Amino acid sequence: MSVTNIILCGVGGQGTVLASKLTAAASMSRGLEVRSAETIGMAQRGGSVMSYLRIGESFTPLILNGCADLIIGFEPAETVRALTYLKKGGTVITSDRAMMPVTAALKGSDYEGKRMTDYLKSLEGDLIGKLVIVNTDSALKDLGSSKVMNMVLLGAAARGGYLGAVTIDDIKDALVKKVKPQFHELNFKALEYAEI
Amino acid sequence: MHKEFLMGNEAIGKAAVAAGVNVVAGYPGTPSTEVLETIAKENDGSIYVEWSVNEKAAMEVAAGASYSGARTLVTMKQVGLNVASDPLMSLEYVGVEGGMVILVADDPGPISSQTEQDTRTFAEYSKVPCFDPSDAKEAYEMVFEAFELSEKYKTPVFMRPTTRVCHSYQSIDIRDYAEYVDHRPSGFVKDSSRWVIFPRLSFANHAKIEKRNLALGDELSDYARNSIIPGTVRKGIASQGISYANVKDLLANKEGEKPSLLKISTPFPFPEKLALKFLQGVDEVLVIEELDPYIERHLLYVCGKYNLNVKISGKLTGSVQFSGENMPLKVQEYVSVFMGWKTEALPSIETPELPVRPPVLCAGCPHRASFYAVKRAMKGQETIFAGDIGCYTLGNAMPLDMVDTCLCMGAGLGIAQGVGRVKPDTKCFAFVGDSTFFASAITGVVNAVYNQADMTLIVLDNSTTAMTGHQPHPGTGKTMMGEFTDKIDIESILRGIGLETVVRQNPFELDAAVEVIKSVAAKPGVKAIIFEAPCAVLFKPETPYEVDANKCIDCRKCIREIGCPGVVIREGKVAIDEALCNGCGLCAQICPVGALGKAVRE
Repeated sequence: MSVTNIILCGVGGQGTVLASKLTAAASMSRGLEVRSAETIGMAQRGGSVMSYLRIGESFTPLILNGCADLIIGFEPAETVRALTYLKKGGTVITSDRAMMPVTAALKGSDYEGKRMTDYLKSLEGDLIGKLVIVNTDSALKDLGSSKVMNMVLLGAAARGGYLGAVTIDDIKDALVKKVKPQFHELNFKALEYAEI
Repeated sequence: MHKEFLMGNEAIGKAAVAAGVNVVAGYPGTPSTEVLETIAKENDGSIYVEWSVNEKAAMEVAAGASYSGARTLVTMKQVGLNVASDPLMSLEYVGVEGGMVILVADDPGPISSQTEQDTRTFAEYSKVPCFDPSDAKEAYEMVFEAFELSEKYKTPVFMRPTTRVCHSYQSIDIRDYAEYVDHRPSGFVKDSSRWVIFPRLSFANHAKIEKRNLALGDELSDYARNSIIPGTVRKGIASQGISYANVKDLLANKEGEKPSLLKISTPFPFPEKLALKFLQGVDEVLVIEELDPYIERHLLYVCGKYNLNVKISGKLTGSVQFSGENMPLKVQEYVSVFMGWKTEALPSIETPELPVRPPVLCAGCPHRASFYAVKRAMKGQETIFAGDIGCYTLGNAMPLDMVDTCLCMGAGLGIAQGVGRVKPDTKCFAFVGDSTFFASAITGVVNAVYNQADMTLIVLDNSTTAMTGHQPHPGTGKTMMGEFTDKIDIESILRGIGLETVVRQNPFELDAAVEVIKSVAAKPGVKAIIFEAPCAVLFKPETPYEVDANKCIDCRKCIREIGCPGVVIREGKVAIDEALCNGCGLCAQICPVGALGKAVRE
């Protein structure tokens, strides 16, 4: 049974849901079964959010720890938190921009993303087979919009061939159907942005 | 048929529409809310859909419609069923004419609820048949079967998905419009011997219901969704819902010996004959279920009744945890111990310290301003801040720390009165949101006025039901049929009950709000302040604020006092997160040196 297991993680409101829906639509257009699950409700407000996405025939939307082929992380600490799901030698594609939780601000802590990305780099070649860290500040500056980080990360995953049978063209086709025409060009640019 | 990628709740909503539902009523509550919202979106005008004022009202509206032959759906979360239990307990005795499905979403974890109560147990107690789907696709198909069973036996039936079924997505085959059921209700037919509950009717119907449920248990033993997958050894696993899905997925990926698998999709009436057949084929059973040890107890009962020597393990033997979800990792652990499998240990990952992210009030949330104003006004006095259910429960988080109690919807009013009865010199406050006020706080106000309590009611009116995703309510003047109606005015209600002091105040005018609270709280009797400011999520943010580095003395009062997620520390200095700040200006009113101001845009 060939299932591609993907974890999308971040902080509430970062656009993980759209990325997961686009991938699902792209998979369905290939005739593949898809399941996904996500956090909704109280846990969402400012909290860690995680979506599970499974492409191929499966019985549950949830993913067993140590079985994810790919982690798409929208926030570096959340990426590290999700590592328990990663299959040995799996792929990690993450943003490097840290989101400061209020609790950290209260304690006067200066939690920074670099500590997390350094840690991820230390695992490359061992737990992590392929690591892509996207410099979010320059990506958003180059693209001129703060809303397309999800497409930058998803594009990297698709172009790297990490979404199972789903290709970048499948994602683009799905995007054209789901997103308003005036945003197509921006999103296409975002999908092609990251170096892999 | 065609395929769609649907959330479990969307699937249930679409199935109800395709099953010809005529009347739908509910009260929002995670994880049930999207069912009714989906129906409202799909509605071509032929279905009557309402957000009721609370679950009891929803149950009664649906009951009346079902008496009249309509197919009806009631939606709520598990704790909502407690509110609706009064009509429900009697309704099972009276019965229905049109099919009635009561959708109650349970929340193992709990992820966003007060309790881990189990609607399967409630089904047994109320004698109402219950369906328990294991994924979104099954939930879709079950809705049709639930309506049919309801009509066949003239009884309401439960459909009780759990969070992971409600909020998971799946590609599902769903009916085309041409395949929809067209159900035309006949209208109410007078028959007081049927519709008026009296002791004589209850006596007669009680016996009938018990007999029916015994027979129904046998009938449901043949229901295709209650099933046995034979194994290769004399060991078996009994399961339900998402736990079943997790077990099945695990077994599908495992070579070698397989246990038999019993799936219970109708926990009540329990499919005893099927369970007997399963138990006769095994020596040992592990029950993996969430919430109550419901199946486990029933299997023990069947073993006792038929004198079977089968060892049953589960929650009651400590083999499965009593509370929380059965996530795949847990399920793997339980099954491995039971089957004697060796599983490879996960690589131990020693991560750097990770920031914790407890849920907090949004940046610009008016509740933060209201709580902070009360905190400042009451500083140094003996107080109790009784909280309630809604986003504002998050006012308990540091540094606000303004929620001393939280029990259930509308309870804050009673709690505040009770605390005051014990120590009358305590300044007693009850905080309640606008939707919760309508749902279940009004009786608490009447109680306070009638019994001469001394307390201050703070209504946090943000013009919506925010926590569950912004549903309209009686104070918003919008209905789920898309009509605009007169808004029911909270101040008028309070004055009608007899409150002399009711003040409306914008909480973002901090100094004025503090003065209002001081003067109102000092008055005797029951008095109220309505803090009016719309939910921050509903409106386009104003220009964000920024920190003037030349003025900032780095005292961090803005961070210590209000805990707004928009105020952060960057490179050791206080900064505003431009993406989060919505320009409410509360922090600027706290800064002692005027270092915070609206950002100047070129």
